[in-house]
Amino acid sequence: MSATPASADASPADADAVRAAISSTPRPPRASAVSAALTFGWRGMLKVKHVPEQLLDVTVTPVMFLLLFTYLFGGAIAGSTGDYLDYILPGILVMTVLFTTVYSGVALNTDVTRGVVDRFRSLPIWRPAPLVGSLLGDSVRYLVAGTVIIVLGVALGYRPGAGVGGVVAALALVVVFAFGLSWIFTTLGLLMRSPNAVMNAGFMGIFPLTFLSNVFVDPTTLPAPLEAFVNANPISILATASRGLMEGDAHAGDIAVVLAVAVALTAVFAPVTTRLYRRS
Amino acid sequence: MTTHPSLAVEATGLRKSYGETRAVDGVDLAVRTGSIYGVLGPNGAGKTTTIRMLATLVRPDAGSARVLGRDIVHEADAVRDAVSLTGQLASVDEDLTGRENLVLLGRLLGLRRAAARARAVELLGAFGLADAAGRLVKHYSGGMRRRLDIAASLVVTPRLMFLDEPTTGLDPRSRNQVWEIIRALVAEGTTVLLCTQYLEEADSLADGIAVIDHGRVIAEGTPGQLKRSVGSGSLHVRLLDPDQRPAAQQVLDRALGSVMLEPDPAALSVTCPDADRAALAVAELSRAGVRVAEFALGQPSLDEVFLALTGHPAEESPPDEPSPVEEETAS
Repeated sequence: MSATPASADASPADADAVRAAISSTPRPPRASAVSAALTFGWRGMLKVKHVPEQLLDVTVTPVMFLLLFTYLFGGAIAGSTGDYLDYILPGILVMTVLFTTVYSGVALNTDVTRGVVDRFRSLPIWRPAPLVGSLLGDSVRYLVAGTVIIVLGVALGYRPGAGVGGVVAALALVVVFAFGLSWIFTTLGLLMRSPNAVMNAGFMGIFPLTFLSNVFVDPTTLPAPLEAFVNANPISILATASRGLMEGDAHAGDIAVVLAVAVALTAVFAPVTTRLYRRS
Repeated sequence: MTTHPSLAVEATGLRKSYGETRAVDGVDLAVRTGSIYGVLGPNGAGKTTTIRMLATLVRPDAGSARVLGRDIVHEADAVRDAVSLTGQLASVDEDLTGRENLVLLGRLLGLRRAAARARAVELLGAFGLADAAGRLVKHYSGGMRRRLDIAASLVVTPRLMFLDEPTTGLDPRSRNQVWEIIRALVAEGTTVLLCTQYLEEADSLADGIAVIDHGRVIAEGTPGQLKRSVGSGSLHVRLLDPDQRPAAQQVLDRALGSVMLEPDPAALSVTCPDADRAALAVAELSRAGVRVAEFALGQPSLDEVFLALTGHPAEESPPDEPSPVEEETAS
């Protein structure tokens, strides 16, 4: 692991300096819950800065899908690539952000396997702060990934009917849903043995669910049982709501369902995650 | 349980099982405030689980403990306020720089942004990491990572510090640096509870030692007391020719009693009550044609203490500490 045993290793710890450093700290008052959570959010941001590959990983696949589907199948599915782009872009936005949620579980599992969680758990801080803070940080990551897709879509000729306001609203809705969904993956992250296992299990779930939604095709052409499943899939409802917001004709009902699902996921899986985290 | 103000750790009958495995099976500890206390035992003896219970990371199944006068279960937050833990895995974030790691902990411990930054700079300087402050921890060497890990535990000086095998895997020079840091820590008034499987480490650092095996404390005392409990002294012999070791073992067995084979294939040692009998035993060796390179009469090593106490050498136990944290695999 020590690729380059750095030259700085040559400078030994100076006993006097160590003693001075140890003796010089009065204990500050405890960090507030909000401040602790925000600090963990900041940690998430630093990771995006230092390990941008992670963000790239989850954005490259959707970008590839966007290009492939639009130019390869777009004409066949929707008559023209331009028409298909209007249909698929909000769907790809949903897919990108939902894929990114798997990484919340992967990151948490990495912390557990590396022992970092032990240190956080031995600190006198609000217990759920590491979890809530990390997910807040991840939400910023979702925003970045979503923005990449939208910018690419606009470059390819996508023009949202509801303008910038509609796009922002759609992005916000997707991020809220992702926040709820990511609690499933943090639970998974605490149950499984390695970051890779979390990643595999996560994508094994999210990948088919994304395809069995209306992200890529209009479900009216599907066999009846499949169509029923696709229409009930929350990912479909989220994609429909996002299309509606971006075009300016969203149904309040769809948005309500999306928010309700996000709240329900959080209500069930946030406590489970917190419990598991305490015992990890 | 009565609380002695002079005790930093007071544990009675701590137990913890993972499934069928009794990781900790009734551990009692009494650690004097201001001392370095060594918990010595092979892998899988229950050291890590004990330390994790005392640091409030794991709830005991039975028994109770007070850390700095606070109950580890019912006053866990008060315990966390006063202790810090440096775990077996260097629990720093590899994807951040050294400075960012320390600032992060400073903020979490309630320092304001500027104070957290200043503290990070101070600690990095003191621990010889100033030049590496802006580098990602994944590029640190093992020794640097361990020093950063310890610095991370000292962002706010704890009254009690738990160190779980702080020198495992370090080269001798890095190990000495860590030892210096531990000594400095105690000189400034922090109590240190140190888990180690290195007998030499416990011997040279600790004021008191608990020897632990299969989840139980099997002996307790100062390093000197433990050594005396085994016997008055010990004869160490190194042979010129390792092939003669079986012959030497026979001779010494007859002259002095149970011989211990040392890791060095040419060396043996045996407990020996006095110098006269040692001299006679060495004479026996040369009479039997065994050529001796060197011999010495000294205090028994903690290795021998362990052998005498448990009936098996410290190194031969199965390396499966039942800890929920997986061993670090090089990524």
